[in-house]
Amino acid sequence: MEQNNKKTTSTHSIGIYLWIWGLLFVFSTFSYLVDWYNFQGLLRWSLIIFFMLIKAGLIMSIFMHLYWERWAIVNVLLWPMTAIMVFVAIMTAESKYTFFTRALFFVTGV
Amino acid sequence: MSELDISRLPKGGKGFAHDFAADQTTFKGVPWGKAMMWIFLLSDTFIFSCFLISLMTARSSTIAEWPYPSEVFGLTIFGVEVPLLLIAIMTFVLITSSGTMALAVKYGYERNRKMCAWLILATAIGGLTFVGMQAFEWSKLIFHDGIRPWSNPFGAAQFGSFFFMITGFHGTHVSIGVIFLFIFARKTFRGDFDTGRRGHFTSMKSDYKAIEILGLYWHFVDLVWVFIFAFFYLW
Repeated sequence: MEQNNKKTTSTHSIGIYLWIWGLLFVFSTFSYLVDWYNFQGLLRWSLIIFFMLIKAGLIMSIFMHLYWERWAIVNVLLWPMTAIMVFVAIMTAESKYTFFTRALFFVTGV
Repeated sequence: MSELDISRLPKGGKGFAHDFAADQTTFKGVPWGKAMMWIFLLSDTFIFSCFLISLMTARSSTIAEWPYPSEVFGLTIFGVEVPLLLIAIMTFVLITSSGTMALAVKYGYERNRKMCAWLILATAIGGLTFVGMQAFEWSKLIFHDGIRPWSNPFGAAQFGSFFFMITGFHGTHVSIGVIFLFIFARKTFRGDFDTGRRGHFTSMKSDYKAIEILGLYWHFVDLVWVFIFAFFYLW
Protein backbone atom coordinates (compact mmCIF):
# COMPACT_ATOMS: atom_id res chain seq x y z
CA MET A 1 0.00 0.00 0.00
CA GLU A 2 2.79 2.41 0.94
CA GLN A 3 4.73 1.65 -2.21
CA ASN A 4 1.58 2.06 -4.28
CA ASN A 5 0.88 5.51 -2.83
CA LYS A 6 4.28 6.75 -3.80
CA LYS A 7 3.86 5.43 -7.31
CA THR A 8 0.39 6.82 -8.05
CA THR A 9 0.57 10.26 -6.41
CA SER A 10 2.87 12.43 -8.45
CA THR A 11 4.03 15.65 -6.84
CA HIS A 12 4.36 18.75 -8.92
CA SER A 13 7.27 21.15 -8.88
CA ILE A 14 7.04 24.07 -6.46
CA GLY A 15 7.33 26.49 -9.41
CA ILE A 16 3.82 25.91 -10.72
CA TYR A 17 2.25 26.65 -7.31
CA LEU A 18 4.25 29.85 -6.90
CA TRP A 19 3.31 30.93 -10.42
CA ILE A 20 -0.40 30.37 -9.83
CA TRP A 21 -0.13 32.11 -6.46
CA GLY A 22 1.46 35.12 -8.16
CA LEU A 23 -1.14 35.14 -10.94
CA LEU A 24 -3.97 35.06 -8.37
CA PHE A 25 -2.45 38.13 -6.71
CA VAL A 26 -2.16 39.91 -10.06
CA PHE A 27 -5.74 39.14 -11.13
CA SER A 28 -7.09 40.09 -7.70
CA THR A 29 -5.29 43.41 -8.03
CA PHE A 30 -6.82 43.87 -11.49
CA SER A 31 -10.33 43.21 -10.22
CA TYR A 32 -9.73 45.65 -7.35
CA LEU A 33 -8.53 48.25 -9.89
CA VAL A 34 -11.87 47.88 -11.70
CA ASP A 35 -13.41 49.43 -8.60
CA TRP A 36 -10.51 51.82 -7.98
CA TYR A 37 -10.82 53.42 -11.44
CA ASN A 38 -14.59 53.34 -11.06
CA PHE A 39 -15.40 51.68 -14.38
CA GLN A 40 -19.15 51.52 -14.87
CA GLY A 41 -21.70 49.68 -16.97
CA LEU A 42 -20.94 46.84 -19.33
CA LEU A 43 -17.15 47.33 -19.09
CA ARG A 44 -17.26 46.96 -15.28
CA TRP A 45 -19.43 43.83 -15.37
CA SER A 46 -17.48 42.08 -18.12
CA LEU A 47 -14.10 42.81 -16.44
CA ILE A 48 -15.37 41.58 -13.05
CA ILE A 49 -16.66 38.32 -14.56
CA PHE A 50 -13.53 37.87 -16.69
CA PHE A 51 -11.12 38.16 -13.74
CA MET A 52 -13.44 36.10 -11.53
CA LEU A 53 -13.54 33.20 -14.00
CA ILE A 54 -9.76 33.25 -14.52
CA LYS A 55 -9.15 33.15 -10.76
CA ALA A 56 -11.74 30.39 -10.24
CA GLY A 57 -10.23 28.38 -13.09
CA LEU A 58 -6.68 28.68 -11.71
CA ILE A 59 -7.75 27.68 -8.20
CA MET A 60 -9.80 24.69 -9.37
CA SER A 61 -7.42 23.36 -12.02
CA ILE A 62 -4.06 23.77 -10.24
CA PHE A 63 -4.63 24.26 -6.50
CA MET A 64 -7.44 21.71 -6.38
CA HIS A 65 -5.60 19.43 -8.86
CA LEU A 66 -8.57 19.05 -11.24
CA TYR A 67 -6.19 19.44 -14.19
CA TRP A 68 -4.53 16.17 -13.23
CA GLU A 69 -7.69 14.26 -12.32
CA ARG A 70 -9.34 11.80 -14.68
CA TRP A 71 -12.26 13.01 -16.78
CA ALA A 72 -14.69 10.80 -14.88
CA ILE A 73 -14.57 12.99 -11.75
CA VAL A 74 -13.97 16.28 -13.61
CA ASN A 75 -17.16 15.82 -15.65
CA VAL A 76 -19.19 14.74 -12.64
CA LEU A 77 -18.13 17.94 -10.86
CA LEU A 78 -18.44 20.46 -13.68
CA TRP A 79 -21.63 19.47 -15.55
CA PRO A 80 -23.96 20.20 -12.59
CA MET A 81 -22.79 23.82 -12.86
CA THR A 82 -24.92 24.20 -15.99
CA ALA A 83 -27.98 23.80 -13.75
CA ILE A 84 -26.80 26.94 -11.91
CA MET A 85 -26.63 28.85 -15.19
CA VAL A 86 -30.19 27.75 -16.02
CA PHE A 87 -31.30 28.91 -12.56
CA VAL A 88 -29.63 32.29 -13.14
CA ALA A 89 -31.52 32.66 -16.43
CA ILE A 90 -34.85 31.75 -14.80
CA MET A 91 -34.37 34.17 -11.90
CA THR A 92 -33.29 36.99 -14.23
CA ALA A 93 -36.63 36.70 -16.02
CA GLU A 94 -38.45 36.40 -12.68
CA SER A 95 -36.77 39.49 -11.18
CA LYS A 96 -37.56 41.56 -14.27
CA TYR A 97 -41.21 40.60 -13.92
CA THR A 98 -41.17 41.47 -10.20
CA PHE A 99 -39.54 44.83 -10.97
CA PHE A 100 -42.16 45.52 -13.63
CA THR A 101 -45.10 44.80 -11.31
CA ARG A 102 -43.52 46.83 -8.48
CA ALA A 103 -42.91 49.78 -10.76
CA LEU A 104 -46.46 49.52 -12.02
CA PHE A 105 -48.20 49.28 -8.63
CA PHE A 106 -45.90 51.45 -6.51
CA VAL A 107 -45.92 54.28 -9.01
CA THR A 108 -49.46 54.19 -10.31
CA GLY A 109 -51.01 52.94 -7.08
CA VAL A 110 -53.66 50.88 -8.84
CA MET B 1 -7.39 -0.85 -5.61
CA SER B 2 -3.81 -1.72 -4.73
CA GLU B 3 -3.34 -3.56 -8.06
CA LEU B 4 -4.51 -0.61 -10.11
CA ASP B 5 -2.02 1.41 -12.15
CA ILE B 6 -4.03 4.33 -13.47
CA SER B 7 -1.25 5.53 -15.72
CA ARG B 8 -2.02 2.54 -17.99
CA LEU B 9 -5.74 3.36 -18.34
CA PRO B 10 -7.05 5.38 -21.33
CA LYS B 11 -7.19 9.15 -20.75
CA GLY B 12 -9.54 12.01 -21.67
CA GLY B 13 -12.91 11.21 -23.24
CA LYS B 14 -12.01 7.56 -23.76
CA GLY B 15 -10.99 7.35 -20.13
CA PHE B 16 -14.32 8.90 -19.13
CA ALA B 17 -16.21 6.19 -21.06
CA HIS B 18 -13.87 3.49 -19.73
CA ASP B 19 -14.22 4.52 -16.08
CA PHE B 20 -18.00 4.76 -16.18
CA ALA B 21 -18.33 1.52 -18.13
CA ALA B 22 -16.00 -0.32 -15.76
CA ASP B 23 -17.93 -2.75 -13.61
CA GLN B 24 -16.18 -1.48 -10.45
CA THR B 25 -15.07 1.79 -8.84
CA THR B 26 -15.86 4.74 -11.14
CA PHE B 27 -13.35 7.27 -9.83
CA LYS B 28 -10.05 5.51 -10.54
CA GLY B 29 -7.19 6.57 -8.33
CA VAL B 30 -9.40 8.85 -6.23
CA PRO B 31 -9.49 7.88 -2.52
CA TRP B 32 -13.05 7.65 -1.21
CA GLY B 33 -12.45 10.53 1.20
CA LYS B 34 -11.47 12.79 -1.67
CA ALA B 35 -14.49 11.80 -3.77
CA MET B 36 -16.77 12.46 -0.79
CA MET B 37 -15.14 15.84 -0.13
CA TRP B 38 -15.68 16.80 -3.79
CA ILE B 39 -19.33 15.78 -3.63
CA PHE B 40 -19.78 17.76 -0.41
CA LEU B 41 -18.16 20.77 -2.08
CA LEU B 42 -20.48 20.37 -5.07
CA SER B 43 -23.51 20.52 -2.76
CA ASP B 44 -21.97 23.52 -0.97
CA THR B 45 -21.53 25.18 -4.37
CA PHE B 46 -25.28 24.90 -4.86
CA ILE B 47 -25.98 26.49 -1.47
CA PHE B 48 -23.70 29.46 -2.17
CA SER B 49 -25.13 29.72 -5.69
CA CYS B 50 -28.63 29.96 -4.25
CA PHE B 51 -27.50 32.81 -1.98
CA LEU B 52 -25.83 34.71 -4.81
CA ILE B 53 -28.72 34.10 -7.22
CA SER B 54 -31.19 35.40 -4.63
CA LEU B 55 -28.92 38.44 -4.19
CA MET B 56 -29.17 39.00 -7.94
CA THR B 57 -32.94 38.57 -7.84
CA ALA B 58 -33.42 40.96 -4.93
CA ARG B 59 -31.07 43.57 -6.33
CA SER B 60 -32.56 43.62 -9.81
CA SER B 61 -36.18 43.57 -8.63
CA THR B 62 -36.04 46.33 -6.00
CA ILE B 63 -37.25 49.82 -6.82
CA ALA B 64 -35.11 51.44 -4.10
CA GLU B 65 -31.51 52.44 -4.84
CA TRP B 66 -29.06 49.58 -4.04
CA PRO B 67 -26.27 50.77 -1.68
CA TYR B 68 -22.99 51.28 -3.56
CA PRO B 69 -20.60 48.72 -1.97
CA SER B 70 -17.54 50.74 -2.97
CA GLU B 71 -18.66 53.52 -0.59
CA VAL B 72 -20.25 51.35 2.10
CA PHE B 73 -17.09 49.27 2.50
CA GLY B 74 -14.66 52.13 2.02
CA LEU B 75 -12.25 53.12 4.79
CA THR B 76 -10.81 56.51 5.62
CA ILE B 77 -7.06 56.22 6.06
CA PHE B 78 -5.27 59.43 7.12
CA GLY B 79 -8.15 61.49 5.81
CA VAL B 80 -8.20 59.77 2.41
CA GLU B 81 -11.24 57.75 1.33
CA VAL B 82 -10.00 54.38 0.05
CA PRO B 83 -12.72 52.19 -1.52
CA LEU B 84 -12.99 48.52 -0.48
CA LEU B 85 -9.58 48.64 1.24
CA LEU B 86 -10.31 46.10 3.96
CA ILE B 87 -12.01 43.76 1.48
CA ALA B 88 -8.99 43.90 -0.83
CA ILE B 89 -6.63 43.05 2.06
CA MET B 90 -8.94 40.20 3.13
CA THR B 91 -8.84 38.87 -0.45
CA PHE B 92 -5.04 38.91 -0.49
CA VAL B 93 -4.84 37.24 2.93
CA LEU B 94 -7.15 34.45 1.79
CA ILE B 95 -5.21 33.90 -1.45
CA THR B 96 -1.97 33.79 0.52
CA SER B 97 -3.40 31.14 2.85
CA SER B 98 -4.58 29.20 -0.20
CA GLY B 99 -1.04 29.28 -1.58
CA THR B 100 0.48 27.99 1.67
CA MET B 101 -2.15 25.23 1.72
CA ALA B 102 -1.26 24.15 -1.83
CA LEU B 103 2.40 23.94 -0.78
CA ALA B 104 1.44 22.01 2.37
CA VAL B 105 -0.29 19.41 0.19
CA LYS B 106 2.78 19.17 -2.02
CA TYR B 107 5.17 18.72 0.94
CA GLY B 108 2.74 16.24 2.48
CA TYR B 109 2.94 13.98 -0.56
CA GLU B 110 6.72 14.30 -0.46
CA ARG B 111 6.55 13.12 3.18
CA ASN B 112 8.25 16.30 4.37
CA ARG B 113 6.50 16.31 7.74
CA LYS B 114 7.95 19.50 9.26
CA MET B 115 7.49 21.67 6.18
CA CYS B 116 3.94 20.37 5.71
CA ALA B 117 3.01 21.06 9.32
CA TRP B 118 4.46 24.59 9.36
CA LEU B 119 2.63 25.45 6.14
CA ILE B 120 -0.68 24.15 7.56
CA LEU B 121 -0.06 26.30 10.63
CA ALA B 122 0.63 29.32 8.39
CA THR B 123 -2.63 28.60 6.54
CA ALA B 124 -4.52 28.46 9.83
CA ILE B 125 -3.06 31.79 10.93
CA GLY B 126 -4.00 33.33 7.57
CA GLY B 127 -7.56 32.07 8.00
CA LEU B 128 -7.68 33.42 11.54
CA THR B 129 -6.52 36.83 10.28
CA PHE B 130 -9.31 36.76 7.70
CA VAL B 131 -11.96 35.97 10.31
CA GLY B 132 -10.55 38.70 12.56
CA MET B 133 -10.80 41.29 9.81
CA GLN B 134 -14.32 40.13 9.02
CA ALA B 135 -15.28 40.58 12.67
CA PHE B 136 -13.86 44.12 12.49
CA GLU B 137 -15.85 44.78 9.29
CA TRP B 138 -19.09 43.47 10.81
CA SER B 139 -18.69 45.49 14.01
CA LYS B 140 -17.96 48.65 12.02
CA LEU B 141 -21.04 48.15 9.84
CA ILE B 142 -23.29 47.27 12.80
CA PHE B 143 -22.16 49.79 15.43
CA HIS B 144 -20.80 52.65 13.34
CA ASP B 145 -22.87 52.60 10.15
CA GLY B 146 -26.08 51.18 11.65
CA ILE B 147 -26.63 48.44 9.07
CA ARG B 148 -29.32 45.96 10.13
CA PRO B 149 -30.79 42.94 8.33
CA TRP B 150 -34.06 44.88 7.96
CA SER B 151 -32.81 48.39 7.23
CA ASN B 152 -29.75 50.51 6.52
CA PRO B 153 -29.06 54.19 5.92
CA PHE B 154 -27.60 53.66 2.44
CA GLY B 155 -30.58 52.44 0.40
CA ALA B 156 -32.51 49.25 -0.33
CA ALA B 157 -33.49 47.52 2.93
CA GLN B 158 -32.63 44.04 1.61
CA PHE B 159 -28.92 44.93 1.47
CA GLY B 160 -28.22 44.17 5.13
CA SER B 161 -29.84 40.74 5.19
CA PHE B 162 -27.91 39.64 2.11
CA PHE B 163 -24.66 41.01 3.49
CA PHE B 164 -24.97 39.22 6.84
CA MET B 165 -26.27 36.00 5.29
CA ILE B 166 -23.66 35.63 2.54
CA THR B 167 -20.55 36.85 4.35
CA GLY B 168 -21.71 35.15 7.55
CA PHE B 169 -22.14 31.78 5.86
CA HIS B 170 -18.74 32.15 4.21
CA GLY B 171 -17.17 33.28 7.50
CA THR B 172 -18.61 30.18 9.17
CA HIS B 173 -16.90 28.04 6.54
CA VAL B 174 -13.61 29.84 7.16
CA SER B 175 -13.94 29.44 10.94
CA ILE B 176 -14.64 25.69 10.65
CA GLY B 177 -11.68 25.44 8.26
CA VAL B 178 -9.40 27.23 10.74
CA ILE B 179 -10.39 24.80 13.51
CA PHE B 180 -9.61 21.82 11.29
CA LEU B 181 -6.34 23.40 10.10
CA PHE B 182 -5.15 23.76 13.70
CA ILE B 183 -6.16 20.16 14.46
CA PHE B 184 -4.36 18.89 11.36
CA ALA B 185 -1.27 21.00 12.06
CA ARG B 186 -1.04 19.30 15.45
CA LYS B 187 -1.62 15.86 13.93
CA THR B 188 1.06 16.48 11.31
CA PHE B 189 3.59 17.79 13.84
CA ARG B 190 2.93 14.69 15.95
CA GLY B 191 3.57 12.49 12.91
CA ASP B 192 0.12 10.86 12.74
CA PHE B 193 0.33 10.55 8.97
CA ASP B 194 3.71 8.80 9.10
CA THR B 195 2.94 6.38 11.93
CA GLY B 196 -0.67 5.70 10.92
CA ARG B 197 -1.92 6.70 14.36
CA ARG B 198 -5.69 6.36 14.61
CA GLY B 199 -7.78 9.54 14.59
CA HIS B 200 -9.49 10.69 17.80
CA PHE B 201 -12.99 10.93 16.31
CA THR B 202 -12.79 8.52 13.38
CA SER B 203 -10.65 5.76 14.97
CA MET B 204 -9.22 5.28 11.47
CA LYS B 205 -5.66 5.30 10.24
CA SER B 206 -4.84 8.13 7.91
CA ASP B 207 -2.02 9.32 5.67
CA TYR B 208 -1.02 12.44 3.80
CA LYS B 209 -4.04 12.09 1.47
CA ALA B 210 -5.96 13.65 4.37
CA ILE B 211 -3.96 16.85 3.86
CA GLU B 212 -5.07 17.03 0.23
CA ILE B 213 -8.71 16.53 1.27
CA LEU B 214 -8.38 19.30 3.88
CA GLY B 215 -6.71 21.39 1.15
CA LEU B 216 -9.70 20.89 -1.16
CA TYR B 217 -11.99 22.33 1.50
CA TRP B 218 -9.71 25.29 2.11
CA HIS B 219 -9.28 26.10 -1.59
CA PHE B 220 -13.06 25.92 -1.93
CA VAL B 221 -13.43 28.58 0.77
CA ASP B 222 -11.05 30.76 -1.26
CA LEU B 223 -12.97 29.92 -4.46
CA VAL B 224 -16.28 31.01 -2.93
CA TRP B 225 -14.68 34.26 -1.80
CA VAL B 226 -13.67 34.96 -5.42
CA PHE B 227 -17.37 34.87 -6.36
CA ILE B 228 -18.53 36.84 -3.31
CA PHE B 229 -15.85 39.47 -3.98
CA ALA B 230 -17.06 39.77 -7.60
CA PHE B 231 -20.82 39.68 -7.10
CA PHE B 232 -21.31 41.30 -3.72
CA TYR B 233 -18.47 43.78 -3.33
CA LEU B 234 -17.51 44.77 -6.88
CA TRP B 235 -20.75 44.50 -8.85
